[in-house]
Amino acid sequence: MNLIVGAFKPPCKISISLADGRTRKQVRVKENDQTVLVPLFQSQETIIGEVIIEPARGKKVEHNGVKIELLGQIELYFERGNFYDFTSLVRELDVPGNLYERKTYPFEFSAVEMPHESYNGINVRLRYVLKVTISRNYVNNIVEHVDFAVRNYVPAPLINNSIKMEVGIEDCLHIEFEYSKSKYHLKDVVIGKIYFVLVRIKLKNMELEIRRRESTGSGTNMYVETETLAKFELMDGVPIRGESIPIRLFLNPYELTPTYHNINNKFSVKYFLNLVFVDEEDRRYFKQQEITVYRLLENS
Amino acid sequence: MMLDGTEDEEKFLAAGIAGLQQNSFYMHRALDSNNLRDALKYSAQMLSELRTSKLSPHKYYELYMRAFDQLRKLEMFFEEETRRGCSIIDLYELVQHAGNILPRLYLLCTVGSVYIKSKEAPAKDVLKDLVEMCRGIQNPVRGLFLRSYLSQVSKDKLPDIGSEYEGDADTVSDAVEFVLQNFTEMNKLWVRMQHQGPSREKEKREKERSELRDLVGKNLHVLSQIEGVDLDMYKDVVLPRVLEQVVNCKDELAQFYLMDCIIQVFPDEYHLQTLDVLLGAYPQLQPSVDIKTVLSQLMERLSNYAASSAEVLPEFLQVEAFSKLSNAIGKPDMATAGVVTLYSSLLTFTLHVHPDRLDYADQVLGACVKNLSGKGKIEDKKATKQIVALLSAPLEKYNDIMTALKLSNYPHVMEFLDIPTNKVMATVIIQSIMKNATRISTSDKVEALFELIKGLIKDSDATPNDELDEDDFKEEQNSVARLIQMLYNEDPEEMFKIIETVRKHILTGGPKRLPFTVPPLMFSSLKLVRQLQGQGQEENPFGDDSATSPKKIFQLLNQTIETLSGVLAPELALQLCLQCAEAANDCELEPVAYEFFTQAYILYEEEISDSRAQVTAIHLIIGTLQRMHVFGVENRDTLTHKATGYSAKLLKKPDQCRAVYACSHLFWVDDHDNMKDGERVLLCLKRALRIANAAQQMANAARGSTGSVMLFIEILNKYLYFFEKGNPQVTVAAIQGLIELIMNEMQSDTATPDPSADAFLATTMRYIQFQKQKGGTVGEKYEPIKV
Repeated sequence: MNLIVGAFKPPCKISISLADGRTRKQVRVKENDQTVLVPLFQSQETIIGEVIIEPARGKKVEHNGVKIELLGQIELYFERGNFYDFTSLVRELDVPGNLYERKTYPFEFSAVEMPHESYNGINVRLRYVLKVTISRNYVNNIVEHVDFAVRNYVPAPLINNSIKMEVGIEDCLHIEFEYSKSKYHLKDVVIGKIYFVLVRIKLKNMELEIRRRESTGSGTNMYVETETLAKFELMDGVPIRGESIPIRLFLNPYELTPTYHNINNKFSVKYFLNLVFVDEEDRRYFKQQEITVYRLLENS
Repeated sequence: MMLDGTEDEEKFLAAGIAGLQQNSFYMHRALDSNNLRDALKYSAQMLSELRTSKLSPHKYYELYMRAFDQLRKLEMFFEEETRRGCSIIDLYELVQHAGNILPRLYLLCTVGSVYIKSKEAPAKDVLKDLVEMCRGIQNPVRGLFLRSYLSQVSKDKLPDIGSEYEGDADTVSDAVEFVLQNFTEMNKLWVRMQHQGPSREKEKREKERSELRDLVGKNLHVLSQIEGVDLDMYKDVVLPRVLEQVVNCKDELAQFYLMDCIIQVFPDEYHLQTLDVLLGAYPQLQPSVDIKTVLSQLMERLSNYAASSAEVLPEFLQVEAFSKLSNAIGKPDMATAGVVTLYSSLLTFTLHVHPDRLDYADQVLGACVKNLSGKGKIEDKKATKQIVALLSAPLEKYNDIMTALKLSNYPHVMEFLDIPTNKVMATVIIQSIMKNATRISTSDKVEALFELIKGLIKDSDATPNDELDEDDFKEEQNSVARLIQMLYNEDPEEMFKIIETVRKHILTGGPKRLPFTVPPLMFSSLKLVRQLQGQGQEENPFGDDSATSPKKIFQLLNQTIETLSGVLAPELALQLCLQCAEAANDCELEPVAYEFFTQAYILYEEEISDSRAQVTAIHLIIGTLQRMHVFGVENRDTLTHKATGYSAKLLKKPDQCRAVYACSHLFWVDDHDNMKDGERVLLCLKRALRIANAAQQMANAARGSTGSVMLFIEILNKYLYFFEKGNPQVTVAAIQGLIELIMNEMQSDTATPDPSADAFLATTMRYIQFQKQKGGTVGEKYEPIKV
């Protein structure tokens, strides 16, 4: 096998490095069941770096040109292999010719528009890559790519209404609940309270769930996946009429992403707060409210 | 969750403890390695054991205590952690990530405690947050324990005055607010326990609830410990809020316990100043609440407070404590025992607080009577006991029955007692008088007193007499007798009134009592007679009929004695007659004395039939008569004649003999020359000798031996007496003859040896010898007698 591997060993080594690679913030990204650290960018940032191509000892690399691409791709798992590039920028690094020795190509993508955030969901992945391609005749191109993550920060919304609701089952349970906001940043706290107007069923406990709904595709190819990210017990025991139970749920410990609306017509990610009542016979009653999650631009 | 039995419960507890220990082991390992994440994880798991619903409060407490110990360690760890640079605020957030609410809140309280200590946030804010968040536990048992934990960890961290956690302004009210809120919530949970679960387990739940009550009550205790809770704050904030909660919870157990708690934990002074509010709450409680116990506790506390120092008394007056209290207890409609308990407490209170206001005490009794009226005699043991307590209170307080006598309602209250208890009470009253040597000196008071102790004075309508223990009865009556002796007034008029009053009462006593009660009355009266006599009649120069005179007293006594003779106590009557006669003698009231003697004779003749009693009686008559000097010759003759006659008619010869020679004295009264009749003396003595002789012969005939010469020797002594007194009729020859007779008798063959007679004779002889040797006139007189 080694022999074969050796035979198909790429004739050169490509490494992509960023100019501020040491100082730039890195984030964990899950990839094929393992987490790797990748550099983090946001939209409108300039990506500067260099590509080093080092041919294997004593080998010559003949090519039809070297280019680096910055790609934003959406990958739908049920359409294996199909990538939708929503961003694609190319820089030609070298004209066709031969490479005999190590060569360094600086590159720069300035003020790149990266409107969507990296996302790694159940049925969909949105990722950004820097891809270096050495085009060759007759044989396969030599390709190397580096992932990087994009997160976009937004300022706190100007309007952030509370969520107030009265719900009930006639003559059984009647509650009023309130979440102080409808929009939360990722490290926010859900504050609120539940007021019991009428309690005729014997409740055992009450939980607040955070649910994520990821919908991908459209029309008949629509796939919806719902995950419960958090189960947070709010109340233990049977309340009586007039009781008011506080809610305080820190979002920080849960791996949330911002809410994504119809990203490139391919997918959406929505979050819900689900208030669940469990009675003594383990019947569950619930009320789900959508919340908007955003990534707060700090110090703004 | 239903339990199958205690056995299962034990199992659940054991499992809980095991789980707790296991997780606390991991927790400790994490603590030792400073691993915060693990520490939080395992402590949360450990605390999850407390989420069980399978344990009774009692068992749950066991589990809780174990967790509590572990939490102390965790708290210390958190403290160290903050010292190592971990932000307490982060920590405070971190523990809130726990998914289960109960562990989360325990941890939150624990970190909260550290948070307050760190002073990075005002104590009040942290406390407020904690108490708010704890609302999440709506299960009563778990909630109570959690909040009790909160109260425990926070009680030394309240922003109290002088505390290091005191904030800028008015933080005491924050501290109070916090405790009040925790209290309110706990009480709600506690009350709610009652309504959860199947109704057939109600009783069990009640029991469980009372096991938990101290958790709730502790909050009140914490409140009372807050320095900053002064009277104003107590009045304006604490009490109204607590009472509001108590009233609104509408739960019997809680209301009773909490009212009691309020009374016990807060200072008396506060109660006094908030009496209105406190008392105002009582009518709003559930009707089934045992108000009486609580109220009487309150009054007891206040009484003790009043008793503690005289300085506080003005406060009581200022707030009109008495009227408030008496209004308060007038309202509730309760069982008899309860009513009496309340009044008893109120009375104690009144006596302590208003020792000078007897009218208050009387009002209390009056109200009590009013409340009890129509209920008849009280059968209930408890109530009886309480009435006794009620009645004893004034006696103890004043050590003086006079006070009780002023209480017009006192006897009315006594009427509610059953007969035995009534008697006991009466005895108590008498004992009190004795002990304190109280002088009861007006007839009004005597009247009142007898009204009180009438249980002892007369049979009540339905007394089951046969059940009476004889000794007890005697004891009772003796005490009444002693009491009668205690009644005294120096003013004869008043004293006479007293006597009349007493007489009126004791005459109702029936045949069994009179023998006990009449004599003291008699002697009391006689004392008065003597007193009057001592003062002389001059004091009453007008001879006013209405004035007290010995005559009037004697009339009264005469009637009294008559009643005695009617009740089969003739001997006593006779003795008393003689006493009166003697007194009359001293007062120079011949007719009266004569009348008494006549009565005595009649009694003797008609009523006294027992020979022994006759002997005693006749000697008494003789003795008394001997001393009488008031009689004219005729009367005296009649009386002495009668007496001698009676003497001679006694049944036994020796008795006859002795009575007859005793009669001899009737004719020889030393100080009165007109009453020296030597001849009749001698006659008596001779007659006595004859009888003695006859007795001797009878004995001879009946038993074959002559009886003792005792009688002769006795007669010899009489001879000697009169001889010495100079009775001319008693001659040396007669004495000489008698001595010889005695000697002969003693030496006769048939004589029965009698050492005492020998000794008596020898002594007599020695006396004669002695008199001879004395010389002088006496010696001369004796000289002729040969021995």
